[in-house]
Amino acid sequence: MEAAQVERAGLNLKPSSRMPEDAAVERPVEVGKTVGNIAVDDPIFSCRDVDVFYGAKHAIKKVGIDVARSQVLAMIGPSGCGKSTFLRCLNRMNDTIEGARVEGSILLDGKDIHDRKQDVVQLRARVGMVFQKPNPFPKSIYENVAYGPRIHGLAGDRVELDEIVHHSLKRAGLWEEVKDRLQQPGTSLSGGQQQRLCIARTIAVNPEVILMDEPCSALDPIATARIEDLMEELRQSYAIVIVTHSMQQAARVSQRTAYFHLGDLIEVGETDRIFTNPRHKLTEDYITGRFG
Amino acid sequence: MNSPMRTAQETQALVERSLGRRYWAERRFRFYGLAAVTAGMAFLVYLFVVIFSNGLGAFRQTEVRLDIFYDPAVIDPNGTRNIDDLHAADYQALVRAALKQRFPEVEGRAASRELTRLVSSSAAFDLQRRVVRNPALIGTTETQWLLGSDAVDLLQKGHVDAALPEEQRPLNDRQIGWLKKLDADGALALKFNKTFLTGGDSREPERAGIWGAVAGSFFTLVLTLLLSFPIGVAAAIYLEEFARRSRWTDLIEVNINNLAAVPSIVFGLLGLAVFIGFFGLPRSAPLVGAMVLTLLTLPTIIIASRAALKSVPPSIREAALGMGASKIQMVVHHVLPLAMPGMLTGTIIGMARALGESAPLLMIGMVAFIVDVPKGITDPSTVLPVQVYLWSDSPERGFVEKTSGAIIVLLAFLVVMNTTAVILRKRFERRW
Repeated sequence: MEAAQVERAGLNLKPSSRMPEDAAVERPVEVGKTVGNIAVDDPIFSCRDVDVFYGAKHAIKKVGIDVARSQVLAMIGPSGCGKSTFLRCLNRMNDTIEGARVEGSILLDGKDIHDRKQDVVQLRARVGMVFQKPNPFPKSIYENVAYGPRIHGLAGDRVELDEIVHHSLKRAGLWEEVKDRLQQPGTSLSGGQQQRLCIARTIAVNPEVILMDEPCSALDPIATARIEDLMEELRQSYAIVIVTHSMQQAARVSQRTAYFHLGDLIEVGETDRIFTNPRHKLTEDYITGRFG
Repeated sequence: MNSPMRTAQETQALVERSLGRRYWAERRFRFYGLAAVTAGMAFLVYLFVVIFSNGLGAFRQTEVRLDIFYDPAVIDPNGTRNIDDLHAADYQALVRAALKQRFPEVEGRAASRELTRLVSSSAAFDLQRRVVRNPALIGTTETQWLLGSDAVDLLQKGHVDAALPEEQRPLNDRQIGWLKKLDADGALALKFNKTFLTGGDSREPERAGIWGAVAGSFFTLVLTLLLSFPIGVAAAIYLEEFARRSRWTDLIEVNINNLAAVPSIVFGLLGLAVFIGFFGLPRSAPLVGAMVLTLLTLPTIIIASRAALKSVPPSIREAALGMGASKIQMVVHHVLPLAMPGMLTGTIIGMARALGESAPLLMIGMVAFIVDVPKGITDPSTVLPVQVYLWSDSPERGFVEKTSGAIIVLLAFLVVMNTTAVILRKRFERRW
């Protein structure tokens, strides 16, 4: 099923003629109706003309956007606008949904992720994901973090694996809280701790990009604040794409913001600029709270 | 007040008025439930009382104490101690001689025959076995408890009404008189019936044992489990996790659901035609029985396993895939452990059904009269429910309690099997 979808998506790829090979930082690129700069210098992800269909439903329409390195890109918009769907394109999680079809070009470091040569398992090792609801495996805390390195063969021996687990938990700011109970189930942690465990699990495989799908929507404000601090720290090493319902959160954690509306990418820009001086009417209505 | 809005007091009054009716409905429902459960329990208790009161007798058997003289002239007239000769000797004569010695007053052929009928004709086999094992016995006299005949056993257990006219009883007055004498000497006793638990089937009720059927059931069910569990789980995983929804998978799904409702004897006909007729596998063998029962239990296991897989939260799948697990890693590492208790429940139900099935096994010849205890999966054998059926169909009065005894053994087998399965499931059910 996956193979067939990949093939279809591959056949329908548009020539990436509009790719700004020599794009300057501030050069606006006309894709769809998007307002603002979708391109950045040396992007890690470069998406152009991305369409997503769920059966007959056209969920994402000709979206083009770049993801910069060492930056947080926030995607905001009202419910059902397609921001999560777009996020799931970036590590091909939409492949797992029956009837979902992705078209267009999504380049990771210049290579198309729908290419036949691109292995989906390898892609997901490079592009980690943190989900809306904390979903630790029903295994011990240690096993949760060790799982990724183990299946990808990242650790030569037990000592090395211990080291990776220790380092990942530390980076996720969870080590001090769990170091004495690594063998306890991951599900015994509080919601915020579980979400940090999921982040630790993701960074244990040393990805290049971390996708976060409303990571704080199930958490209380204190746990949210911890995750946001963590994101600020993590962006030194990883590119982060976050989908969020909270505009305050987008304003706090991100450097660039993209506003989605009914499957269209309406506006992209520096976060400060979007929140202070939105150019599109829809963006302005949304961030001023007129709908959403 | 024309307005539909009421005051708070009026609302309260209305609510209060409806309360009684609501509570009454609840009480009534609880009563129905309680009544249904009580009735069910009562029937169950009645069933158990009947089965146990009929069947417990099967575990005890009347034996007769006699002084057996291992007469060399009868056993080994040539004095060679040749094993074949020892096997072929007329041990019945020893029994007859011992009875004659016990009741020297009995004269005439008819009376002698009546006397001989007190002891089971199969008692001679026990003597034969003793002598073959230990030829040194020849020439000695030994006090032995011999298996009484089924009629003696019935009388001893109180199943023969002495008030009936003589010709309607299995024992006549003279025989009862001898038995009374034996009883007065303490030479007649109800003893634990080891033969019933360790022997194979027999034409004679006093000699019939259940072990052949237990072994047959054991081989058949172990094999059924080995075949149906992996196949069923693999099929469920494929259909649920890997197969793309298409007309074919829909067709397969409909067929699996239909197969679960097919009368079991049809599977027996299929097994007869395919496994025995086409592939030429042996008749009456646990191997074929297991294959037929596998077909029977597969739909149950597949349906339950698919339900168990469906109930695993999608977030676990997403988490695994998001970590870069391949699909098979996701299934084996994360989905399967969570679905295992549900799959085992389905398997328990399927196996319990397989244990109780007799109809499909009749078709493949497991209904044959088999005396030997099967030693492997290709030996002819029968199974417990078929044994129950066979004995319930036998004309001898002695088989009535054997039938109930076999049911008790069947129930015990079921309890042991299900307990094992439940313990196993509990171990998988570690909730995190």
